[in-house]
Parts: sequence; structure tokens; C-alpha cells
Amino acid sequence: MIENKGISIWFFIGSLLLIYGVAITIANVYEMISPSMEKQIILRELNFGVWWGILLVIIGMIYFINFRPWKKNNNNAE
Amino acid sequence: MMNNYYSLLTIMMSNPDNLLSLGWVDSFIIIVYFIFVLGIGYYLLRFTKTGEDFFMAGRKMTAWIAGLSFVAANLGSLELMGWAASAYQYGILATHWYWIGAIPAMLFLGIIMMPFYYISKTHSVPGYLKLRFGEGSSMLSAVSFGFMTVFMSGINMYSMALVMKVVLGWDIHFSIWVSSITVMVYVVLGGLLSAIFNEVLQFMLIWLGALIIPIIGLIETGGWDGMVERISRNFPAGDYTHLWSTMGSFQDNPMGIHWTGIVFGLGLIISFAYWTTDFLVVQRVLSAKDLRSAKMAPIIGAGFKMMVPFIVILPGLLGLAVILPPLVGENQVSAMNPHSYNEVLPLMLARYAGPGLLGLGVTALIAGFMSGMAGNVSAFATVWTYDIYKPMHVNLTKKEESDAYYVKIGRWCTVLGVFVSIGTAYLVQQFASIMDYVQALFSFFVAPLFGTVILGMLWKRATAAGGFWGLFAGIGSSIGMWAWVKIYPGALKYIALSEHAKDMAENMYRALWSWIICVAVTVIVSYLTKPKADSELVGLVRGCTVIPSEGDLPLIKRPIFWASIVFAIFIVLNVIFW
Repeated sequence: MIENKGISIWFFIGSLLLIYGVAITIANVYEMISPSMEKQIILRELNFGVWWGILLVIIGMIYFINFRPWKKNNNNAE
Repeated sequence: MMNNYYSLLTIMMSNPDNLLSLGWVDSFIIIVYFIFVLGIGYYLLRFTKTGEDFFMAGRKMTAWIAGLSFVAANLGSLELMGWAASAYQYGILATHWYWIGAIPAMLFLGIIMMPFYYISKTHSVPGYLKLRFGEGSSMLSAVSFGFMTVFMSGINMYSMALVMKVVLGWDIHFSIWVSSITVMVYVVLGGLLSAIFNEVLQFMLIWLGALIIPIIGLIETGGWDGMVERISRNFPAGDYTHLWSTMGSFQDNPMGIHWTGIVFGLGLIISFAYWTTDFLVVQRVLSAKDLRSAKMAPIIGAGFKMMVPFIVILPGLLGLAVILPPLVGENQVSAMNPHSYNEVLPLMLARYAGPGLLGLGVTALIAGFMSGMAGNVSAFATVWTYDIYKPMHVNLTKKEESDAYYVKIGRWCTVLGVFVSIGTAYLVQQFASIMDYVQALFSFFVAPLFGTVILGMLWKRATAAGGFWGLFAGIGSSIGMWAWVKIYPGALKYIALSEHAKDMAENMYRALWSWIICVAVTVIVSYLTKPKADSELVGLVRGCTVIPSEGDLPLIKRPIFWASIVFAIFIVLNVIFW
């Protein structure tokens, strides 16, 4: 972020994606178990929302862990 | 407070007649987004102490951050929806605005122009003009840029609010005030640093929110070939999937344009003018931590810009393939054809996006608007403070103020910029025709400014008088041509070389002529006036400036290497989709 001081922007991005990933995964697993009848989307059988949620969790985790502010010798500050 | 906000948002989202209706997880995603952008602004307040911090983000950004923010700031409220609609209307031709209409100019900025912007240590494009040509040219460009930026921001704000009303049923006042006050708070707190950080975050969200449509869309159609086959079946009369092969004549393509218009008008003048001299985007690159990063930032930006059609143009093309009955123009909507092509993106979102993904898609739309507005407001605050207020204040009071004083003025300018934008949004709501006039006004300044800046950087004989009168003549001639066609429509055949030319062609030719007039007047006046000594042009002009050599860097770290790679990919993509 600011030349080796402060929290990296990538940590903020990782945190946000992690929160989004968890929320989307939970919502779509619930939808998979008890599908709502009111809204039909195309290719529902692919359960794309679950996969997308998991992808966000993975990307979020990578950024979250790699750019965590409490990491020792964190020279990734950008 | 959060509960109230949540309730309010839920009420806003409950209209069943809208294109999209959001569930609890979608609302949660949008609320968390707003909390994050405000949180980032608050966190960055501690790093924003000096003018250099507030207006230039401390000049500490790496190439990646500056490059991503460079592309994100260009995304306006209607970037995603507008270009998806254009892709539905004109097919893949809309991609020209992302490839030939951006990539060569961005690479030119990085390799040729950036050294002079960066070495001169200017804080803005008008600031460069002041160093090169003096107060007159600087003030002319600063005033025109300042006003046009906040007006355009207001127009974008109103457009975004209208979209949110149509798509989600949100109240127009709610959209205008919540989004603009959020932008104002985080820019006032953290200045350009906050704007840039949020732009990077928003850029990620735009991609992750919008990427859903092309991925599922291509699965549904059976890949690119399946999509093309379906488009041919749905629209046998038109060719929507070739970039260049249909541009040999005006009648052969859905846009009704000839390749010369795209190459010379869009590719050589309009795109170079916008990407190299519009301070809204150039400011992001000036925040880079060193010259190599400043050169790399537009190159990285070009790489990402080249990929944007995947999330913007492809959804429009997929719409052509899968949406039946076909979408129509706004004025042709009926019971048989209930939707216009302006709604193609939300329709595709509704088609594919389940719980949470819809919220992510809507967040992408909101993020697009907010990154564009933050770009406008932060650029406005810098130009207004440094290039308009400061010289006037010093002239009137005959005293220099402290750095902290100008940071305070910058923060007030941010507030002023947001409120003028909001005022413009309400004015546009009352008088829709203002939108056309302000957009025309914006187009008056960009092309001549490019003429002045490029001559200033590359031709040391250009004089202060030449720069001022060239810019003045370019802007004046552009306004004159526009007024001539308004008063006497027959003048179109002289300006656009055809009486059948459409608005787009007229804009391109007007830009071309005004640029030529600006360059011609600058050259003539410069030869009639006394040039500055070479010693006064050090750091400003090619031939008088020593540009640090990159010879000691390994090839893989040299900007020219990466620029060549990006340009090669640009050529290959154009050939593939020829």
C-alpha cells in the first residue's frame, strides 16, 4: 500500500471476497437443497452459484492470508 | 444505523415489476460493499496529511495499482450497460472502442508522453501546460476541464439513478444521494489515495460480478461457434461477429460506418486525445512511485482494457443469440417486444444469476458508477485547487499559503464538486436536452488539447503564444462547426464529408478538423513569435530532456518490451476477429 506501512489494499480486497464467497456459497447451497419456485434461471442444474462462491472464497483466502497486516516481515505492502 | 439502512434498502428493492428483484443475500452484498468503501476512506485518512498525499496519493503507487485505477476511473455509470446495449445493436463493432479506440493511445501515453508528464513533476495536465506554455493555456484548459468534469459527473449520476429505477425500482433521489455522498465521504477523507484504492477494489468487483454472464452464456450456446450460429439464425440479414471485414462500405455493417472513420477519427484523434490528455485518467498514472512504474501503468491498463470486451461486449452478443423475441429500440417497445436493447445486461443477469450472484452483478454496476464519479471528483479537486484557485488567490492576495491550506481547499472543492454534480443531475432530470449540450461541450475541448500537449512535448519551437492561440482556435473552431450544423443542417456535408453522416461520424470529423486547426495555428503563431531558450524547456520537451536510460534493466522489466507484447496481442485479436 503505502511503501511498507499500513494495510495493503489487497488485504481489503481479500476480506471482501471472502465475505462475499461465504455468503454466496451458503445462499446457493440452501437454494440447491430447497429450490425456490418463484425464480427459474437457465442452467440451474450446474449450481454455478455454489462454484462461484467457492472460487471467491479461494481467491479471497489467498489475498487475505498473503497480505494480512499481522504477517511477520510483510514486504508485500502495496 | 445499519438496521435502518438495511430496512430502507429492502423497501426500495421490493417492487415486483422491476427487471430484477433482489433477495436477502443480494442486499447483504450491496450493503457490505458500501461499508467497505467507506471503511477504506476512513482508514486512509491517517495517510493523507500533505498536498502531495491528498492530490497525488503521495506519488507512491506501484505500476499495478496505478494501472488498474487508470482503467477503472474510465468506467462510468453506463459503461457496462451502455456497451452491452451497443454490442446488441451493432454487434462486435462496438469492440473497436476498446481496442483500436484505446490500446495504441494508451501505449503511446506510456512510452512517449509519460516521461515528460512525470519528469516535469506536474500535478495535472493544465499544470504541464503552465510549465510549457504559461498561465493562459493552463487557465483555459483548467477552467474548461473543471466545469465539464463536474457536469459530466452529474449526467452520469442521473443516468445511473435512472438505470437503478428501471432495473431495481430504486427511487431516483435515493440512488443519487446515497451513491454521491458515499463517494464524497471517501474522497474527502483519503483524497486521491482513497479514490485509487477504491477504484482497484471496484475494478475487481466489476470483473467478478460481470464475468458470470459470458461464462454461463457460452456454456448455454455451446461456445463461440454455437453463439455465432445462433446469431446468424436469429438475424440472417446482418453480420454481427466480424470486426473489419464488413467495413469496406457504409452499407455492409450495422453501424453504418467506413473503416477510415474508425481508424483515423476514432483510432488516431479521439482515442489519443482522451487517453493522453484527459486529466481524469492521466492523474492516476501521475501517482506512480517512479518513472518506470508511470510508464508501465498505462501498459498494464492497456492489457486489462483489451480484456474488458469479454465482460461488456460478449454479453451483448450472447443476448443476440439467446434472447427471443429480439430486443428493440426504446421507441419500439410494445406488448410483443417488451424490452429494449438498453436492458440487455440486466436481462442476461436475470437469466443466469442466482442468489448472491445477482447482488454481485448489481454491485458491479454501482461500482462502475462510483469509480467513474470518484475519478471525476478527485481530478476536479486537483485542477480547481492548483490550477484555478491557487494562481487567482496568489494574484489577489500576493501571498503564498501553506500546504495544509491547499489540502483544506481541496477537501472543500471535493464537496463543491459533488454538490455541483448533484445539482446537474437534477437539472438534467428537468431539462433532458441539457445532456446533449453538455456532452457536445465536452467534445469541444479534448481534441484541440491533444494538439497543444503533443506539440508542446515533441516540438521545442512551439511558443507560449502559439500554444495559447492554437488551443483557443481549436476550441473555437469546434464550437463554430457544431453551431453551424445546428443552425444549418446542410453544413454536415462539408464537415462530415457526407450529408448522410450520423452523429458519431460528425463528432469524429469535428474532432479531426479542430485538431488540425489547433496544430496549424500553433505552428504558424510559433514561427511568428520568439521561442523559449532550450534551458527553460528541460524536463518538458523531447530534445531538451534527458530521459533515464533503461538499458541496464533486464528485458523483462523494460516498459517497451511489455508494450510490444500488448501491441502484438492487440494485432492478433484484430486478425482473429477480422
